[in-house]
This record gives sequence, C-alpha cells and structure tokens, in this order.
Amino acid sequence: MEHLYSVLEILLPFSWIKYDFMKNAFLAVLLLAPLFSLIGTMVVENKLAFFSDALGHSALTGIAAGMLLGIAETTLATVLFAIIFAWLLNMIRRTRAAAGDTVISVFSSTAVALGLVLLSSRGAFAKYSTYLIGDILTIRPQEVGMLFAVFLAVILLYLAGYNRLLAMTVNMSLARTRHIPVRLLESIFIIVIAITVTVSIKWIGILLINSLLILPAAAGRNLAHNMKEYHLWALFFALASGISGLILSYYCGFATGPAIVLVGAAFFFLTHLVKNKSRR
Amino acid sequence: MSRHHTAGTCRTTISNLGVTLGKNVILYDIDFTLNCGELTALIGRNGAGKTTLLKALLGEYSHTGTVAFHTPEGKQRKLRIGYVPQQINMEQNSPVTVYDLIAAFLSARPVFFGKKKDLARTIAAQLNLFGVEEHLDSRLCDLSGGELQRVMLALAVFPVPELLILDEPASGIDRNGLAILFQQLTQLKKDKDITILLVSHDLPLVREHADQVILLDRTILAKGTAEEVLNSRAFRDTFTYFAQSGVHC
Repeated sequence: MEHLYSVLEILLPFSWIKYDFMKNAFLAVLLLAPLFSLIGTMVVENKLAFFSDALGHSALTGIAAGMLLGIAETTLATVLFAIIFAWLLNMIRRTRAAAGDTVISVFSSTAVALGLVLLSSRGAFAKYSTYLIGDILTIRPQEVGMLFAVFLAVILLYLAGYNRLLAMTVNMSLARTRHIPVRLLESIFIIVIAITVTVSIKWIGILLINSLLILPAAAGRNLAHNMKEYHLWALFFALASGISGLILSYYCGFATGPAIVLVGAAFFFLTHLVKNKSRR
Repeated sequence: MSRHHTAGTCRTTISNLGVTLGKNVILYDIDFTLNCGELTALIGRNGAGKTTLLKALLGEYSHTGTVAFHTPEGKQRKLRIGYVPQQINMEQNSPVTVYDLIAAFLSARPVFFGKKKDLARTIAAQLNLFGVEEHLDSRLCDLSGGELQRVMLALAVFPVPELLILDEPASGIDRNGLAILFQQLTQLKKDKDITILLVSHDLPLVREHADQVILLDRTILAKGTAEEVLNSRAFRDTFTYFAQSGVHC
C-alpha cells in the first residue's frame, strides 16, 4: 500500500492527496466508479432503479439483524441480508401478484421500518445513523482491498455474461429460445447488485447509494449513440463526479457522498440539456 | 443460409397439447401439424390462448401432450425455434443499436467493447436479406415498427430455425409494413423451407398468404385452408359475437 501511496503523491502533486485518508478515498473512488457505472447501465436498461434503491434501504434491517445475531462485521451482515432480500423480492416480482413497483415499495418500506424499529429498540440507532449518508473518508486500506476483490469479480462476471444479460433485457422469451439460462443469470445479476450496493453503503450512505448507480448511467444515456459510447460516458461521469466530489468536499468542507451525488446530478442535467438541444 | 429439407417433407406435430395455469385450464386437446415450407396463421378472439399456445411451444409454459419434429427421413429430433416477439423491452432514448442487439445474441464478446468488423459484416449481410442493412448502426428506438420487425425477423432466422414463431407481428406496424412483412415471410418459407406459425388479426393478409389457418378458443374450433376456416360456422360465431360485443379483432 505504501508504494501505491508514493505513486499517488508523485502523479497527483496536490495538497489534498498528502493525507492517507484522502488517498484511500481516492483509490475507493477509482474502484467504485467503474463498478457502479458498469452495473448502473444494466440497471437503467432493465428499469431496476427502484429495485436497487430498495436494496440499499434493506441495509438498515441487515445491520439490525447482524446486531441481533451477534455478527460483529456489519458489512457481512448487510450483504447476507441484502442477498436474501433481493432473492425474495425477485421471486415475488416474478409471480406478478402485484405491479412490480408496488411490490418493491412494500418491501422497501418494510425493510426501512423494521431496521429502524430493531435499532431504536436496542438504543443503537445513533451509532449506526452515519450509515444514512456514509463517509468515504473513513475507508481503511483493507476495505479498499475488499472493494478491489468485488471489482475484479464483477468485471469477470460481466465479461462472461454481459451479452446474455443484454439479450434478456430485450426480451426474456427470445433469450430463452437461444438457450440462455435466464433464471440463473437474473439471480446472479440481482446478487451482484445486492453485493455491490451493500459493500459500498458504509462509505456512500443508504440515502445516496442508488444515485451513484443511476446518475452516471442516466447522464451517459443522454449522449450515447450505441452501447460502447454508453459505457464510456457512464464511466467518465462516474469518475469525474467521484473525483471532483471528493476534492470539492475536501476544500469546501461538505460531506463527500452528497458532494459526489450533486456533481453527478449536475452532469445529468447538463447532458439532458445537450440532448434536448441536439434534437431541435 | 442453407435449406434444411426438401419442401413439405418434414413436419412438426402437436398432439393432445394442454396448458393449465394454476387451476385454470387455458388450452386443451390441441392437435395440429405444421408442414415445412408452410405458413400457418393462428387466429381467435383476445384471451383465446393464442400467446399461451406459442409460449407452450417455446417451452415457457409446461404443457401436457407432445410436440415432435420429424425430419424428411421420418426421424424425430429436437426442434430449433426462431422467435419474433410481439414487442421488445426498449425505451425511448435507449442506446442499444441494431448491431448491439444482434451481436449480443450471436457473440460472447461484450458489446460495450464496440463493433467487431467480421461480425458487423455478417450482421449487415443478414440485415440485407430483409432490406434493413442501412440500419446496422441505428438505435432500436429510432426505428419504425416495420423496420424493427424486420430486424427482429433477421435475428430470428439466424441461424435458420426449423420453426419460426411470430407473435402478433402487426403491433406498431402500418398496413404497408405488414404487407411487406408477409411477403418476406412467404419468400422465407419458400427459400429456406421454414415452418412459420404466426398469430395475426389481419384476415385479408392471412387469406392471401397462409397455407393453413387455425381458429383457436382454448381448443381448436376450426382448421384448414384460409377459405375453409374463414367460411366456417365457428369463425362466423366467434367474429359475430365480437362484432356484437364491440371487441375488435
């Protein structure tokens, strides 16, 4: 890690990079940006924005469940709970018992309420309230390492199955006729969303995590003419908002997560204007 | 693309097919034969089970009875199906292009890496067969209903299937576009000897192009040539009922 720190100091001769917590946060942004932009494009194309938002909210119950079961590692508890939550939610969504967004909303509000009830009954809400907005400046080197492992796993999965996921997005029945294992891939994809969202929640926050997933993809979509451009733009906006949000928060004293999201939102509105202008 | 079989000698036989979803019997006693090189039109009122029958054939719904494909030599083997869905899940502003769509089905190389020259040439040649090669780089959301339908058809017959299923290809297409589509299907069944099964509500085009017509209402009410079915009592009863109840088919 020391070597990496030295490289960062040489490449970025600015005052903000001198602190180790800024170096860690910067490395985390470099991993989170491609991770979230890659998953975000597929979430947006599949109209799963509400679904991923609900997964973020499930983290509160995950933390509470972990506390009740005596699981000391909060991230592990939230990830395990989010996987179960995502699987259940998707199973009910498949049965089409009610409109998809209604089911998701019911699950989302139940998870938030249950999490708040359990945490407040134990007097632990104040301790975990920082999870609502997160703090990327607290990320430790070993957590950057864990993020890197998740990043590698998602990249490998995407390289192996991206086209099949896209085929499923277009039409499930058509994908089935091409012998694509749609149920399996769908389950893997929602587990990937669940893991990515929940491992990052401590640093980005329950309230903001979905914005990081959606905004770069949504801004990229405004400018892209094909899937290559879509991913390049989404990656660019994720990196640009992540890095500039981090630097802005350092110099202006803002919370980092909200600063990143605000820059991302600015990119979205700008690209929206550009799109509308080019259509006239 | 190569021809599979000599026209009219291979066939798909559907015997005693039934579909029950939950406690509801959606389809029962479905028996018919689809000959290679022939176009069969499935007609019937809304809710008659047409899409359910297609989905059962696609393997999406479990069913009773059998679906068997026989080669010209009389041997039975697994049926390769091409499918053109009624609609695709593509929003306005989606950046998925025609190349992206078809490449996603034909190649494992993620389409976010961009176009691969060899594959682009292959896809353009396939699109050329249906007169939509100039749309290789167009976004799907920028295509007209007819163009999109022809792109989906180009994908469905690559590689050439034994059975091509189209679910209500009229959706989002004007009359002229639909007539072109039927002409292309007629050409396709002749050139490639493909069996075509489609759901259609356009009775004049069905009359002109279908070799066999099946009138469905949970079971088969009538089947035969277009003339036989469209002049049958079952057809008159079905469509008189809808004319009276204000439902348009």
